[in-house]
Amino acid sequence: MMHRIGFIALAGLGLMSTAGTALAAASADHSQDEVARGEYLSRAGDCVACHTAPGGKPFAGGLEIDSPFGTIVSTNITPDPEAGIGDYSRDEFAAALREGERADGANLYPAMPYTAYAKLSDDDIDALYAYFMQGVAPVDEAPAESDIGFPFDQRWGIGLWNWLFADTEAFEPREGQDAQITRGAYLVQGLGHCGSCHTPRGLFFQEKAQDDDDEAFLAGASLGGWWAPNLRGGGEGDAGLQGWRQEAIVEYLATGRNDHDAVVGEMTSVVANSTSHLTDDDLQAIAAYLKSLPREADGEEKQSDTTPAQTERVLTAADVEADAGARLYLDNCNACHFANGEGAAKVFPSLVGNELVNADDPTGLLHVILEGARLPSTPAKPEALAMPGFAWRLSDTEAAELATFVRGAWGNHGDAVSADQVAEVRETLPEDRETSAPDFEP
Amino acid sequence: MAKRKPHVDVVMIGLGWTSSMMGMELTDEGLNVLALERGPDQDTVPDFAYPKMADELTYAVRYQLMQRPAKSTVTVRHGVRDMAVPYRSLGSFLPGNGVGGAGTHWNGHTWRPQPQELRLKSYVEENFGADIIPDEMTIQDFGVSYDELEPHFDFFEKVAGISGKAGNLNGETQQGGNPFEGWRSSEYPLPPMPRTLNDTMFRDVASAQGLHPFPMPAGNASEAYTNPYGMQLAPCNYCGFCERFGCLNYSKSSPQTCVLGALKRRDNFSYRTNCEVMKVELAEDGKTATGVTYIDENGDEVFQPADLVIMGAYSLHNVHLLLLSGIGKPYDPISGEGVVGKNYAYQMNGGATLYFKDKAFNPFIGAGANGEVLNDFGVEQIDFAKEGFIGGSYFNAAMTNGQPIRNMPLPGGAPQWGAEWKEAVQETYGHTMTIGSHGSNMAYRDCCLDLDPTYTDDHGRPLMRMTFNWKANDVRMTQFMKDKIDTLSQALEPDDYKLSFKDFESQYDVRPYQTTHNVGGAIMGSDPSTSVLNRYLQSWDVHNVFVMGASAFPQNIQYNPTGLVGGLTYWAAKAIREQYLKNPGPLVQA
Repeated sequence: MMHRIGFIALAGLGLMSTAGTALAAASADHSQDEVARGEYLSRAGDCVACHTAPGGKPFAGGLEIDSPFGTIVSTNITPDPEAGIGDYSRDEFAAALREGERADGANLYPAMPYTAYAKLSDDDIDALYAYFMQGVAPVDEAPAESDIGFPFDQRWGIGLWNWLFADTEAFEPREGQDAQITRGAYLVQGLGHCGSCHTPRGLFFQEKAQDDDDEAFLAGASLGGWWAPNLRGGGEGDAGLQGWRQEAIVEYLATGRNDHDAVVGEMTSVVANSTSHLTDDDLQAIAAYLKSLPREADGEEKQSDTTPAQTERVLTAADVEADAGARLYLDNCNACHFANGEGAAKVFPSLVGNELVNADDPTGLLHVILEGARLPSTPAKPEALAMPGFAWRLSDTEAAELATFVRGAWGNHGDAVSADQVAEVRETLPEDRETSAPDFEP
Repeated sequence: MAKRKPHVDVVMIGLGWTSSMMGMELTDEGLNVLALERGPDQDTVPDFAYPKMADELTYAVRYQLMQRPAKSTVTVRHGVRDMAVPYRSLGSFLPGNGVGGAGTHWNGHTWRPQPQELRLKSYVEENFGADIIPDEMTIQDFGVSYDELEPHFDFFEKVAGISGKAGNLNGETQQGGNPFEGWRSSEYPLPPMPRTLNDTMFRDVASAQGLHPFPMPAGNASEAYTNPYGMQLAPCNYCGFCERFGCLNYSKSSPQTCVLGALKRRDNFSYRTNCEVMKVELAEDGKTATGVTYIDENGDEVFQPADLVIMGAYSLHNVHLLLLSGIGKPYDPISGEGVVGKNYAYQMNGGATLYFKDKAFNPFIGAGANGEVLNDFGVEQIDFAKEGFIGGSYFNAAMTNGQPIRNMPLPGGAPQWGAEWKEAVQETYGHTMTIGSHGSNMAYRDCCLDLDPTYTDDHGRPLMRMTFNWKANDVRMTQFMKDKIDTLSQALEPDDYKLSFKDFESQYDVRPYQTTHNVGGAIMGSDPSTSVLNRYLQSWDVHNVFVMGASAFPQNIQYNPTGLVGGLTYWAAKAIREQYLKNPGPLVQA
């Protein structure tokens, strides 16, 4: 007989031994269902993204997070009693999540989204606690300390910040609100901590809003030059998510791709580690909630010098002698994104009206042009479709001409890009990035 | 002393189309599956990325994606009394190297065989009598029927995202498709590719002659597509860099675009690259395999124990490994005894090049499987008794590329070099189209594969020896096609045209590229005395060895082999899943 049964039995044994080790460390015995629910919630909270170093063991911490104040190093949140949080009681765990307070009373840096996790229900805290005590393998490795300069290394100062900006109120459903939208609001405001990136921040780096009482909530923000788009999909107009059906938002979160766009930048790992693992019901709820948030008109309507048909005509006729950017587009981009700029549904993102392309700050777009981008492999769409980087091929001037063209073509309305802006972005590219430059012997 | 790796349930040799598909099927069963690939890892980005892939010199002339003859080749001779010499420069056929194998650098022509081709010997005997089969011709039935394979052809086409038009849906003839094809349970997953000028010219002329043209079934996506594994294809942009290249645009059906992304997610699948299998190891009684021995990327010898061995290397390498491993009795062309290496066959092709002063074909707008084809002269259409041959061809008017080094067809009489050559190129570039015939090749007693007594590979193992030449039956077939294509060519009214077909003087020449459709040598069938594999691609002799690929074809069909290879792989996978795993042993009693 084949070792088929053996294989399955072995897998079962593996599970048991993990659980067995974890059990010894945990004070209470939680049901497998509770642990599984906690695991799911940890996906929704994307805990693994920050609490795992590249190539490191899950939840053992060690990821370096650049902040305006210095390098914050994420902590070990495995149930190891020394290196991790194995000694945390359920209430200490809850205080860390909701109030940013460590078991020893010190304040956590607000890179930990406790201002969002404050919305978590007691039930969900219980499940997360069960998972982190019993479902995660303990790792006996303490990551390095955060490297924060004075005065921000004075953790007591965070207390003041917390007093000013952190709201520890639990999530309250709105009266009369649709159950699906309520679920979506809970996920978006709480575990999803979408506002961490998508809500503009104030003078003290506080998110301007923690929930939809304020129209700044999820109104889009610039993050290290990357535009984290406005997620408010309701109201009059077709800007951003307003032009996406609920199903398109679900598809984007589940697979990182839809008929309009493909995920790039920081959101890539969010899709890979978090949203692609959520149930369809929860993704529908998130999408329904985002579609329920009215989006204000973006002030002055931005004008474009082009129309989609006009640009398509120019490119199709290869009438590009006068415009180096258009010529560069034909030579480098047209093969996949095509003359109409629309790419192909779910495969190559459309550049027309694209938020990244049109963002005030072109940093994100330039990153993608220079470094390329790769979609996450997800359960529903496993192919890690990639765009090659062009840093090896385009000079700063060429990349600027190309980006300027793309930002002005097909009715797009982004400002021109300078070679200096490209040079700045080029400086930040990782040395060990994948390259698709020809590598064969001549 | 070989290193020993931990046991796996299944080891697969090679990681191209067949191992990718088999990997999905067997990991579905919860088995722990490992693929050993001789070449490097490769994926669309960065390996096939735009624009480096659009480089004819590197990839099409210097064969960057192909196996290096210095590492691996065969020796070739025309007849059993000749001395074979190594195939030192790639030409006639191009085995692929690395993950994806030849599935990365093919054109994407994706056909099912005709039902008659799968039982060719019986079909000939029933319809024309056994006595029309020449003495030296050793054709056989596959041992599996079209009806049995149909669901698997259908699934493979869905996995590969084939663009085309059905001509026979559940027995009902469909307008615009191939009216002569075997029945299909469903339409192609994608519509045909957009037409080019050569397509429409050929269609119009062929239709006017009462023939039945239709669009080539293409492994080039006509639209964005998601397959049953969730893998995605992008619309082909007709870049003109298809055959000999990896697709830069996620448009060509390949293991990378259609399977591997999904397979690599599975925890019970793994693969190792730069690992070349030397031998399948057998238990003492020789009745089962215990695993494989391979040379890893550091040059170390490693034994990989496994319960099931899937051979998914290129067809020639499958046969070579069987011979080196002592699985099955080697074939002897003198006595006709033995089976491994028997019935090696190739493909009998010909074509016409047509020059039109006033037509601009823009050949640089090309795709590997762009083309208008017809099947009116197929195996199943021809009266073999009347015409004096067994076989058939499909015709195709294809426009695959306008690459400047190799695709400079010149009218007859044009000088081959110098200023006048240049002038002729300027005048004719973009003004020619072609009509090809792509035909069957029968099996013959002396066309075979065995171990070379003289030459060895870089590991000191004997090279495999190919004994092959063109035979009168197949030349008569291609001459018949020449006549038909001549008629079609004239009807197109070109300013000039030339025909290129094998004749009775033709000897097999390994220098010019012909086709990478090397078939046979590990053939399937119903009788262990005349075949290596049973109808489930299982070795008659060593029951836990299954051999995928075109090495199983008892003779070559008139079509490109990939569609049949795909269908057979899923057919074998079903047998392994539903029968073999429950009760490991021979699936057919000898």
